[in-house]
Formats: sequence, structure tokens, C-alpha cells
Amino acid sequence: MPLITYREAIRHALSEEIERDPNVVVMGEEVAQFNGAYKVTEGMLAKYGPTRIVDTPISEAGFIGMGVGASMLGVRPVMELMFWSFYSVAFDQILNNAANVRYMSGGQINCPIVIRGPANGGTNVGATHSHTPENVLANHPGVKVVVPSTAYDAKGLLKTAIRDNDPVMFLENTILYGEKGEVPTEEYLIPLGKADVKRQGTDLTIVTYGRSVLHSLKAAEILEKEHGRSVEVVDLRTIRPLDIDTVLASVAKTHRVLIVEEQKPFASVGSQIAYMIQREAFDELDGPIHRLTTVDSPAIYSPPVEIEQLPNPNRVLKAALEALA
Amino acid sequence: MSNKTSASPTKQAAAPAAGTAQSHLAPINANLTPEAKIGLYRTMVRIRRFEERSLRAYQAKKIGGFLHLYIGQEAVAVGCCSLMGKHDHVITAYRDHGHAIAVGMDMKPLMAEVYGKVTGCSKGKGGSMHYFDPKRNFWGGHGIVGGQIPLGVGLAYGVKYKGHKGSAMAFMGDGAVNQGAVHESYNLAALWNLPVVFVIENNGYSMGTSQERSSAGFGLAERGRAYGMAWGVCNGHDLYDVRATMDKFLTLAREESKPSIVEIDTYRYRGHSVADPDKTYRTRDEIEDYQKNKDPITLFQKALLAEGILTEASVGEIDTEARAEAEQATEFAEASPFPTADDLQKDVYWEVDNPDQKTSQGRIFFDR
Repeated sequence: MPLITYREAIRHALSEEIERDPNVVVMGEEVAQFNGAYKVTEGMLAKYGPTRIVDTPISEAGFIGMGVGASMLGVRPVMELMFWSFYSVAFDQILNNAANVRYMSGGQINCPIVIRGPANGGTNVGATHSHTPENVLANHPGVKVVVPSTAYDAKGLLKTAIRDNDPVMFLENTILYGEKGEVPTEEYLIPLGKADVKRQGTDLTIVTYGRSVLHSLKAAEILEKEHGRSVEVVDLRTIRPLDIDTVLASVAKTHRVLIVEEQKPFASVGSQIAYMIQREAFDELDGPIHRLTTVDSPAIYSPPVEIEQLPNPNRVLKAALEALA
Repeated sequence: MSNKTSASPTKQAAAPAAGTAQSHLAPINANLTPEAKIGLYRTMVRIRRFEERSLRAYQAKKIGGFLHLYIGQEAVAVGCCSLMGKHDHVITAYRDHGHAIAVGMDMKPLMAEVYGKVTGCSKGKGGSMHYFDPKRNFWGGHGIVGGQIPLGVGLAYGVKYKGHKGSAMAFMGDGAVNQGAVHESYNLAALWNLPVVFVIENNGYSMGTSQERSSAGFGLAERGRAYGMAWGVCNGHDLYDVRATMDKFLTLAREESKPSIVEIDTYRYRGHSVADPDKTYRTRDEIEDYQKNKDPITLFQKALLAEGILTEASVGEIDTEARAEAEQATEFAEASPFPTADDLQKDVYWEVDNPDQKTSQGRIFFDR
């Protein structure tokens, strides 16, 4: 299988879906002429033209809302947020309009829109640009939330998201854009709501998603080599719908849980997972559920300190040893 | 408009030639058949009787939440929606009953919706502020001031993308014009030549705040100049003027794919919502002046009587029928069942409602 970057995998997904369905339109700030702020859409304007690859002004509430309205008429917009952090200025359009319009119309309307872009810290861009809103988004029934960790997953999940008839929030990661992974040349889809066990193990289950999967896998390697402990890493891939069964099956095998996430701790995705595990697998647990999150402050600018604010392999290792103790 | 609180100098300055005496001669009106004119009149009367009946139901505590009545503004929705063709779309804010009836929705599901019944147009899930009928190109019914306007631009984008000759009318009140999302919408529509008409129903008050206390600058529609957009004003008490003016801007949208802003002067007789005591920001005299001298139904009735299209007898008949229809809608709503707790999680996700086409796995609701 060819090795391609996460960025290329997303571009391939967008391109294949544009070629498959004339209703698919890619829109966002700098996606066309500039070739994408993070080069995800590089070359697509030249290939597909300005009707399919559309530059928008810096106007998130306006253009995201416009995409929602167009999707009600059957256009399938894939809207890029340069950073998911900018969702706050389009909050009403995403979480009042896209999330609610089906319900408020008694099921008469659906919004086949995808909103995608990076949602992560770790690039020293400060508190305004480092939000990870997957918990906030998933708190709104009506939307689906996807956070892929690898090139393979990103491509397969994005293609599914574009074909989905519900609004899908697709959260990428600027640090992962350059990560390479094996991606088959033949077409494939990954269903939403299906977790992936990225590493098998018997002593501890790490439940994680997004870039934290990579940190967890590194920590798991060290735990095996240096501590002789066998760690299973479950990548959720999708937050809503959520494959809790795969998590519970892993807990039944290892009896110990560490949740690793690039979220602030209060009411995070991990909070929900921990609730569900204690509720549905209480008797399987040999100890309390542990959780490693981003340190609970706004994202710091200072580069060396930001590394320590976010999950990283050392922090995961330390938290895993505590969970195994 | 001089009666609106301390007068509206800025508004008067920006509203030249609103409500010309010649509007009835515009071809869009002159070419109407007598039956069509009676139909327009009837729709206005039906809206008013529906609103009056829903107010009584609210006072009888049959309706929860908010109720924003359209009484006094009927000529706006009826005039605009009467111009709709196959590819013309409508979206509006929470004062949406008039538009719903004007696009042809039946009173029964509308009344049942405010009663919170499962036979309502949104199965009791939307309420008064959230009426929808996409089969009639009516896309709501939205609760957040100005929040529907980007969606309206999206409808226009959809019309253009699909190559249809059509338009979107994005309605808002005068209180919406200072929302950021509205200005972003103006910019996108003008930048991309989208076939949308932004319709400002200026009833003088954003809730209890008059225009001069909320909006800077010249007229509300005139702000279109800053975006290089066509704009106009018209007299919302005169159905013919609404149609003549809107026809011009809808044609601009359909034929040239150009957006515009139209400010329609109108007035609501009731409070912002029925919970509004309506005593702090305007006088009783002001309201009565509008009711006596500028009522859109009375004015159109007079015009049609003068044209020999209506008679005193047919006026009475139309009114009796409208009252009866509103009463029957109320009986229907009363007799209908409420949704059940089992309905709470239907109509949330398309995929959950269409299990035969489901591709997702995993848990999507989290009550356990």
C-alpha cells in the first residue's frame, strides 16, 4: 500500500467525492486560489474549477450558515474552517441551525453538510486558536462528530461523512497533516461509530482518539519494552455516534482503564466515556478509571510549556503507570 | 411612520416614494383576475382570524411558550408570497404564522403545532416560532434574531448552483438588521451575485426598542448601498405596493441573479409577543391610528369594493368563512393527541429515522 500523508488522504477523499457527486462543493477561507491554509486542498481549484472549490471571505457565521441553507436544498457542502477554534463565531449556525432544523421541522428537512478543519493545540498559536470543541459539538443531538488519527482513517471517514445525510463535524489536526500512513489505492469507506483497536494488550485499556492515539501508542511501546506491561489502545475515531461496545469489550479483557484526550477536563469527552464505563462495566474494573487531559488552563503560548500542557508520550506513560499500580 | 414614538427622522429621510398611488396599475397587479384579487384578500383575512383565534387559545392557557402575532402585517407576507414561482423560496424569523398561511399551509397543522400536538406541522417539536413546509418552499420559522438570514443566502446559493431560475426571500424584522450574521449575509450575497431578496419587515420596534434607539445611519434598506446592492422601500399597508415593489426585486433576482434589500414599512398591533405588556414604548393612540387609518386589510377591502370586485356581502362571507376555518383548526388541535416521550428521539438524525439506509454503527443517544 502506498504511504501518503494525512493531508493527502483528506485531499483524496475530497477529490473522489467531488468526482462522484456533482452536488459536493468544497468551500472555505483560502481553499481555492491560495491552495489551502494548510495545503489540504492544494491543486484542487486547478483540477475542479471555481464552482466546486470556492474561496470565501473571512465570514464564518455567514458562509457556514450559507452552507447549511444550501444543504437543505440538496447541495452537499464540505466547509473548511481554517481552525475549528473559529466555530465560536459560527456557533449559532452550526448548533442552532444545522443541529436543530431537522428536529424543529418534524423531520422534514435534513442538512447533509460536513464542516471540517483542524482542532488542536501544540503549535504555539495561543488560547484563541487551540480549541478542541469535540465535547461541545457532541453535546448537541443532531450532529455527528468525527476525529480521525491516521491517514487511512481520515480518508475513509471523510468519504463516509460526505455521503452522510446528517451534519458531520470532522475534526482534523495540523500536527497530523504531515504524518504518513498506508492508504490503499482502491476505494474504501469506514463507517461512523466504529472504534479501532490500534494495539492489542491485556493489562490496561487506553481509550483515546485524535493525535493522542499516537502518544498512547508510543507510551504503550515503552510500557512493553521497559516495564513489561501489555497495553491495549482503543481509538474511538468517532465521538458521536460512539462505539462504546469496543471500549467495554476491551475493559472486560484488561480490567483497567486510562482515558487520554486533548481536552480540558471539565465535561470532556473522557468524562462521558468514564461515566459509561462505570455504569456498564463496573464489575469489570479492578481500579478507578484514570484520565489524562490537557492541563486545565487556556492554551499557553510558551512553546516548551505547551508540550507539557498537552498529552505527550511521557505524560501518558506516567498516567498509565499510575493506572497500572 | 411619524406616529412611531418621537418620530423617525432618519427613516423618513431614507424612505422616498413609499407606497405610490400607482401601484395598482403595475402590470403584476393590473393583470390579476378578480378571483386572484379576492384570493389575496381572503388570505389576509384568514391570517388575521387565525392569529386572533390563537391568541384566545393562548389566553386560555392552551399554548405554551411564546406567541408572536402577525396582526397588522398581513399585506407583507401575502404580497411577497403571492409572487412565488416553482423555484422561489422563503425563510423567515419567529413571527412566522403569516408566511406559513401565505405559502399555502393549512390552518389545522399550524394550530395543532402551537398546541404542541403530534398532528402539528412539526409534530409538536417546533412550536409557534418553528413552522416549516419545504414542499411549499417554506424553510421556517427560526427563533434566533437574524440567524435565518445566512440560511436564506444558502437557499439562493442552492437555487443558483442547481441552475434554476428562482430566488430566496429572506425575511427579518427591523431588530435583525444590526446582527453580524445579517451583514455577513449581505456581503456574501452581493459578492457572489446570489438571487436573494432580503426583506426587512419594519414594524417600528425590535421588541420594545424603536428604530431610532437601535439603528444608526440612514434607512435600513439603504445599507445595501454599502454592499453595492439594489435596495428599495415600500408601503406594507398597501398590498398592491408590496407586490409591485417585490416583483421588481424578485425579477432582478431571477433574471439577473442579483440580490437586493427591501424595507417594507408595516406595523404590529399586538406586542412583540403576547407576553409583552406593550405599555412602555408606544402609546395607545399610535396603535389606534394604524388600526383606523392604515390597516392593510381594510385598505385592500376598500380598494376591491371600489373596483367592484368585492361587495359588502362577499366581505362578510369571507370573514365568516375565515373565522369558521380558524375555529375548525382549533377543534382539530384540541382533539389531536400530544406526541409521546417515544417521539423525543425521532427526527433528530436522518439516519436514525431511515434505519434501512443506516451506515453508522455505535451509540448515538446517551441516556443510559
